[in-house]
Amino acid sequence: MIEISFKNIKKIYPGEKIALDDLNLEIKKGEFLTVIGPSGCGKTTLLKMINGLVMPTQGELLIHGKNIKDIDIIALRRKIGYVIQQIGLFPHLNIEKNISYVLKIMGVEEDKRRKRAEELLSLVGLEKETLEMYPRELSGGQQQRIGVIRALAADPPIILMDEPFGAIDEITRKTLQDELLKLQERLKKTIVFITHDIEEAMKLGDRIALINKGKLEQIASSKEMFLILELLL
Amino acid sequence: MNLLREVIDQYINRSGFFLEAFIEHIELSAMAIILVTLIGVPIGIIMSRYPKIAPPILSFVNFLWTIPVIAFFGIMISVLGLSTLNALFALLIYGLLPIVRNTYVGIMEVDKSIIEAGKGMGSTKWQLLFQIELPLALPVIIAGFRNMAVMTISFAAIASFIGVGGLGKAIWRGISLNNLSMTIAGSILIAALAIAVDLSLGYIEKRVLLRVQGRTKGGIVNE
Ligand SMILES: Nc1ncnc2c1ncn2[C@@H]1O[C@H](COP(=O)(O)OP(=O)(O)OP(=O)(O)O)[C@@H](O)[C@H]1O
Ligand SMILES: [Mg+2]
Repeated sequence: MIEISFKNIKKIYPGEKIALDDLNLEIKKGEFLTVIGPSGCGKTTLLKMINGLVMPTQGELLIHGKNIKDIDIIALRRKIGYVIQQIGLFPHLNIEKNISYVLKIMGVEEDKRRKRAEELLSLVGLEKETLEMYPRELSGGQQQRIGVIRALAADPPIILMDEPFGAIDEITRKTLQDELLKLQERLKKTIVFITHDIEEAMKLGDRIALINKGKLEQIASSKEMFLILELLL
Repeated sequence: MNLLREVIDQYINRSGFFLEAFIEHIELSAMAIILVTLIGVPIGIIMSRYPKIAPPILSFVNFLWTIPVIAFFGIMISVLGLSTLNALFALLIYGLLPIVRNTYVGIMEVDKSIIEAGKGMGSTKWQLLFQIELPLALPVIIAGFRNMAVMTISFAAIASFIGVGGLGKAIWRGISLNNLSMTIAGSILIAALAIAVDLSLGYIEKRVLLRVQGRTKGGIVNE
């Protein structure tokens, strides 16, 4: 089943900057798609189109077969988990409130939010005391973990991750990748995961999309991509 | 030394007069401060929603702020006459700049990535404003409020020339009666009031900044 589909998508930013150029891409339900490509090739633009932070200049973006322009964007966003490139935790809210923010704006009661936050925290092996701490009091790796579970809070079917493990050391990064794979085995979400790192893309993705200069250059399963790279290198 | 004793005598002999003027001064300042806040904060918020209209509004409140105080009060008296309302209006004109500017700048300076996270998670415009933007802009808004409050307290002395009481009365009467110690006694009270307000708001500002940055356990703030 197709969950998200890009049909001849073009995005031109003010100043005539073409970020996406006639892009066609179908993302299946429950698949882990990694998107890779050089800096500035349009990865973040592609991702933000799925939750309506960026609108296409041309073409159609369908979610569950429905044009995004006809969807209630606020309701849609609440069903899409979003881990932004810069983590973006709310510095004035403690970890519990950060994790349960989306539940709060949806009007979920306080004790249910608390329970959910505890549940999610244990998912990534952090102590319960962490709930009372503030983002600034956590290490980079811990912040990344919170960023990830915050996106899971409302149990959304789709999760967008923009280089979530970008700015952390190699070892923590490997651990977080393994954690994410284990999570996905259980949760079976549709994940779109952006990265710079080909190894990360191959390790995590069921399929890998290679973007270059706003165009979809290749899309292949990890195995196929491995062969393609062998041929190229 | 003589002058100091005379000033103290003023407070002792005219305690009733000074107390009344002091209370009037606080009342007038408080009314003006509330009015400026109620008008200035929404203007700043609206500007942040429509950044295109921000520069002309900022230039306008900035222009108001640069009108010489004495000239302005002179015009007020001759055109509008003497009344509390006019004094409030005058204080409003001067108080707007810091509060409007800081509300606007405070909101605009909130980290874009944090706004994007809030938006991307499905906040409505109002939720974004009240849960994310305003709380994070609060330290800057309080700094503007503090600036405005101190300014209003000192300008309220001039406002008493438009016949609405307050500690300016003591300065005014001291000048016309050629009674220096009375003028000084009034001025000291105004300065004391302004300093007290400045220090307490400065304290609050720091606490709020720590809160907003998530340093409840009392870390050091680097500014
Ligand atoms: N709001 C914007 N206005 C104008 N140009 C933009 C805007 N956002 C992105 N761009 C441009 O569009 C192109 C694609 O940007 P995008 O952020 O999607 O790249 P990216 O692949 O995510 O890069 P990176 O790997 O560095 O994060 C870039 O050239 C960028 O400069
Ligand atoms: Mg990017």
